[in-house]
Amino acid sequence: MDETTTAVLAEDLLKTFGDQRAVDHVDLEVRRGEVFGVLGPNGAGKTTMLKMLATLLPIDGGRAEIFGYDVRRRPHIVRQLLGVTGQYASVDENLTATENLMLFGRLQGIDRRTARATAESLLEQFDLTPAAAKPISAFSGGMRRRLDLAASLITRPPLIFLDEPTTGLDPRTRGQMWGTIRELVSNGCTVLLTTQYLDEADQLADRIAVIDHGRKVAEGTPDELKASIGLSTLQLALVDGTRLQAAASVVERVTGEPPVLSPAVRQVTVPLQRSDQAVDILVALRDQGIAVDSVSVQKPSLDEVFLALTGHDTAEADDPASEPTPELETVR
Amino acid sequence: MTALTTTLRDPGSGLSAHVGLRATFNQTLTMAWRATMKMRRNFEQLFDVTIQPLLFTAMFAGIFGGAISGSVENYLPVIIPGLVGQTVLTACVATGVQLREDMDKGVFDRFKVLPIARIAPLAGPMVADMLRYLIAGTLTFATGIALGYRPGGGVPGVVGAILLGVISGWSLAWIFTWFGTVGRSAQGVQAISLMVMFPLTFLSNAFVPTDTMPPYLQAFANANPVSHIISAIRDLANNGQVTAQVGWALLGCAIIVAIFAPLSVKSFTRKM
Repeated sequence: MDETTTAVLAEDLLKTFGDQRAVDHVDLEVRRGEVFGVLGPNGAGKTTMLKMLATLLPIDGGRAEIFGYDVRRRPHIVRQLLGVTGQYASVDENLTATENLMLFGRLQGIDRRTARATAESLLEQFDLTPAAAKPISAFSGGMRRRLDLAASLITRPPLIFLDEPTTGLDPRTRGQMWGTIRELVSNGCTVLLTTQYLDEADQLADRIAVIDHGRKVAEGTPDELKASIGLSTLQLALVDGTRLQAAASVVERVTGEPPVLSPAVRQVTVPLQRSDQAVDILVALRDQGIAVDSVSVQKPSLDEVFLALTGHDTAEADDPASEPTPELETVR
Repeated sequence: MTALTTTLRDPGSGLSAHVGLRATFNQTLTMAWRATMKMRRNFEQLFDVTIQPLLFTAMFAGIFGGAISGSVENYLPVIIPGLVGQTVLTACVATGVQLREDMDKGVFDRFKVLPIARIAPLAGPMVADMLRYLIAGTLTFATGIALGYRPGGGVPGVVGAILLGVISGWSLAWIFTWFGTVGRSAQGVQAISLMVMFPLTFLSNAFVPTDTMPPYLQAFANANPVSHIISAIRDLANNGQVTAQVGWALLGCAIIVAIFAPLSVKSFTRKM
């Protein structure tokens, strides 16, 4: 039990739904005071994992500790140390913002006067004072999300779980949310956040675990992960699909990496360490007489992380917001 | 945005290992407060205990009065306590349906992750709903009195009768709360609740004396706890007497609570 440095510890965590493994033997260690990002597409098991750690779902296998307290055996203690803000705002629609915060404060044993004062100061911190007396049904998505986060902070828990804190928010509100999260951390709070956005993990997280099909496929700092997938990705479509293998060997010779082949669309995809490698590859292909139909160089996106780490793309990502927004420089 | 400067909770100290009795009580009251705020904001939630007693009292007294007791005035001492039982039972159905609706809402996820007694989100609304039974009982008597009902038990008798109505409502609500905790949807809970509520109401002595019923229905009606509750309310309101029926009514309530409260709590905490 290393409670001085470890905020969240998961060993061999397992969750099965029927014969499907939603979380498949995942190990996780979140150190105190850091922002740890769990990155993955929809349906990868991020939320399921978070719910198990937050005592919301039974743990089917392995074990988990929060600040050294076993999640399965001491759920009540774990709940006292934890603030959880989910993907969908969990506040009471029938109450006003102030009443909501007072409700959650009173439930946690804070007296009426302190609960009101805490509610007021939190509403001010989250720019919600003008809407304090409004029913939640009149709130925008961003306001709900902020209120939801405020509700998690009433008792000043040392650990906050943020489940996709900015999914569905507009860019401005998203930036505000990031600011709030950074402020939390500057006060010593440990944050475990899930996201499907690489840039969000990049902006906020000290360390990232990449989750796919319930399994952890990579872990490291944002820089380490980026280095592992290259700075950008080259995508080539050939005129003649039968030359795919020949093109692959050319690409591998130049970059030192075996490319991913998509025969159906006659495509070759490979991570690049330097952008000028793209030119080297094109020149080498011309020397071999392999005709290229189209060329694009993309900055790494979540899709590339997945392609590079798992060899398949984020097919489960059914949310249009999670589509990559590559900076395309297409040459024909 | 000002800085979030307050110190964080220390993971090493000041934590409680479990929820104490006093904390559970306070959390239940807070949850009851939440439920009353909800009632205030959604007034239509109170229709079944406000408009329905007015409507049903006038309606049933007029329809059955002449046929059963010869006149509306003679029927009022029979039907008013009967309607108190009937209205309270109807109000109970909403307790289960609303619990089910509540459990499907986002705020329930937060309740689950808070360090609170697992029973508080169920107990709170049940306490708040006693207010609904109180309104239902009081309005039914008030409508009866407006129609010419003069309860022989006087003020103490009527107050006792309403009080028994509230206790009965709270007890019977456990049946529907259990449906609420096991049902998959609010509509499903509503459907099964109505199916149980109607026989409990009509196969009783609420509207007619049971001795005109065929024997098999009579057997059910006489054993029905709702019949005993209504008889006890009649004894209290009409005669001001605490009779053996009051004892049978309370015993019936106790049996219902003893069966359905553990079932509800068990299936609720499994989902909580």
